[in-house]
Amino acid sequence: MFDSLSERLEGAFKTLKGESKLTELNIAQSVKEIRRALVAADVNYKIAKEFTDTVKDKALGQENVLNAVKPGQLMVKIVNDELVDLMGGTVTDIDIKGKPAVILIAGLQGSGKTTFSGKLAYHLKGNRRKSPLLVACDVYRPAAINQLSVIGEQINVPVYKEMDNQNPVEIALKGIAHAQAHGHDVVIVDTAGRLSIDEKMMEEISNVKEAIQPNETLFVVDAMTGQDAVNTAKSFNDRINYDGVVLTKLDGDTRGGAALSIKYTVGKPIKFVSMGEKMETLDVFHPDRMASRILGM
Amino acid sequence: AGKSTVDDEVLDELESILISSDVGLDTTVKIIDRIEQRVRRDKYVTTKELNELLRDEIVQLLAEHNTVDLEDYTLPSAAKPCIILVVGVNGVGKTTTIGKLAHQYKSQGKKVVLGAGDTFRAAAVDQLKIWSERVGCDFYSKGMQADPAAVAFETVQYAIQHNCDVAIIDTAGRLHTKINLMNELSKIRRSVSKSLDGAPHEVLLVLDATTGQNAFEQAKHFTDATDVSALALTKLDGTAKGGVAIGISDQFKVPIKYIGVGEGITQLQIFNKRAFVESLFEGEL
Ligand SMILES: Nc1nc2c(ncn2[C@@H]2O[C@H](COP(=O)(O)OP(=O)(O)OP(=O)(O)O)[C@@H](O)[C@H]2O)c(=O)[nH]1
Ligand SMILES: Nc1nc2c(ncn2[C@@H]2O[C@H](COP(=O)(O)OP(=O)(O)OP(=O)(O)O)[C@@H](O)[C@H]2O)c(=O)[nH]1
Ligand SMILES: [K+]
Ligand SMILES: [Mg+2]
Ligand SMILES: [Mg+2]
Repeated sequence: MFDSLSERLEGAFKTLKGESKLTELNIAQSVKEIRRALVAADVNYKIAKEFTDTVKDKALGQENVLNAVKPGQLMVKIVNDELVDLMGGTVTDIDIKGKPAVILIAGLQGSGKTTFSGKLAYHLKGNRRKSPLLVACDVYRPAAINQLSVIGEQINVPVYKEMDNQNPVEIALKGIAHAQAHGHDVVIVDTAGRLSIDEKMMEEISNVKEAIQPNETLFVVDAMTGQDAVNTAKSFNDRINYDGVVLTKLDGDTRGGAALSIKYTVGKPIKFVSMGEKMETLDVFHPDRMASRILGM
Repeated sequence: AGKSTVDDEVLDELESILISSDVGLDTTVKIIDRIEQRVRRDKYVTTKELNELLRDEIVQLLAEHNTVDLEDYTLPSAAKPCIILVVGVNGVGKTTTIGKLAHQYKSQGKKVVLGAGDTFRAAAVDQLKIWSERVGCDFYSKGMQADPAAVAFETVQYAIQHNCDVAIIDTAGRLHTKINLMNELSKIRRSVSKSLDGAPHEVLLVLDATTGQNAFEQAKHFTDATDVSALALTKLDGTAKGGVAIGISDQFKVPIKYIGVGEGITQLQIFNKRAFVESLFEGEL
């Protein structure tokens, strides 16, 4: 149902036939198309507006400049460069120094935290020669601990769990002590899904963070998220000041505009993308690929 | 003063409310066009009347596409057993919704069995089993890794043999872009039909209210693969409004039946058009 932005822009420029350069008028028209495309890709509509205002300024800087490329293509290039710029910045690795390094995983219900915890452990073990320990701190969801245990078995990474303990802070602390005693150099703490407006649960996660002082706190978000991405990303950031974002379920056909919204709003780097249910489907974030995806190119 | 024609400011505000609720551009434009037409016809409207009118229009849009508010948790068919197949992408709340729905049927004194058709995701069978224990209903499983179509077939047989009123079959979450997994889902559906003529009596597609425009693609592909007959919209207890459901019920003519408003066993509600539309405008306009 979404035509690509390039097609849309071509459409916008066709109405102004024979134009070989950017003019105030054709810029205004294409900016409208760009905004529509961004909103259709789930970029927050306010951010889409701010973003296209910037694009407009950049385009106006090229106004009436005769160019080898068609104005439509020039516009796409301006948009694309601006997007990559916004989402890129320097690629930041995760901090896995420490004995052990502690990584806290948080996010909304069903976003893919438990699966990602497993993938990260698998990645650290295989590619970074680490000896990870998974810690099961979701004491609410039915069979959450089992789920992490099964994943641990699949990738041959031990899971620290306490079936009868309802206190995530305690479990996390004991998990870290267990890691120290058994020579694990990275601890990945999986937590329950929670809503940003659930005061009790948000207090719980900030207590966990306070107690374990993680090297790295990662916010896991479903790439299919719509306009709400901004609210949620901001509320979680206000409470737990996370270090990076993980985008999941990018193996589908979602345009993933939430990525732009989140980066724009909280400024935290997207550190990983999750692309499937299998443990090896984890990738580092490529801003240029994400930009093309959002633009449908 | 006194009269106010719909000025651009109000329409802009309406547009921003709809877009920020994930209603989507096409449906938003459709709604705004309707408002403009109504106002043109009725000439003068006060702001208060306008606020009523736009709620009415959206409720009307939902009603046109046979989203009839249910009275209670009636079974989708008088057939016994009544078979419900639950489908959707990963993590939207299928298994939880099944637990909650089973609780409602059980509370009406009905005999319920849950079929563990997700034999793939880690601990999926355990999760559904715990729900069946919470509800106090029957549970049918062939364990992990079993063929889901066989589980579905046998769950129906179990329901027949044990005189159940309803069987609800869970399936593994899958992205609608994965052709082999979507084919598997069609096969599960066929296997239910083979097990009992006329079944499944309901195919419930679960959508997550936080999902943006991708929900359209989900609705399209799941409908193609399994002939979806009803929608459930979950996680409405969060800050997301789930507006994408309006466009979906408009385009696919599938009624929204249930909403999920929490993780607890009682936190399923029957969809109410008016209440849903009110919640879109909550605190605004
Ligand atoms: N297709 C796809 N599915 C994924 C991906 N990541 C996770 N999933 C699936 O999404 C569903 C939810 O994943 P979980 O890891 O259980 O999510 P969670 O955030 O731990 O969920 P809660 O603990 O209930 O909050 C499962 O079916 C996973 O297999 C991904 O990158 N792609
Ligand atoms: N806040 C809230 N959470 C919900 C709701 N419905 C489900 N959840 C949570 O969302 C997460 C995923 O729910 P599941 O029922 O496992 O989802 P699923 O679609 O069966 O997931 P897969 O089988 O992995 O595809 C769990 O943490 C649930 O507790 C709801 O209405 N509100
Ligand atoms: K809500
Ligand atoms: Mg989990
Ligand atoms: Mg499930």
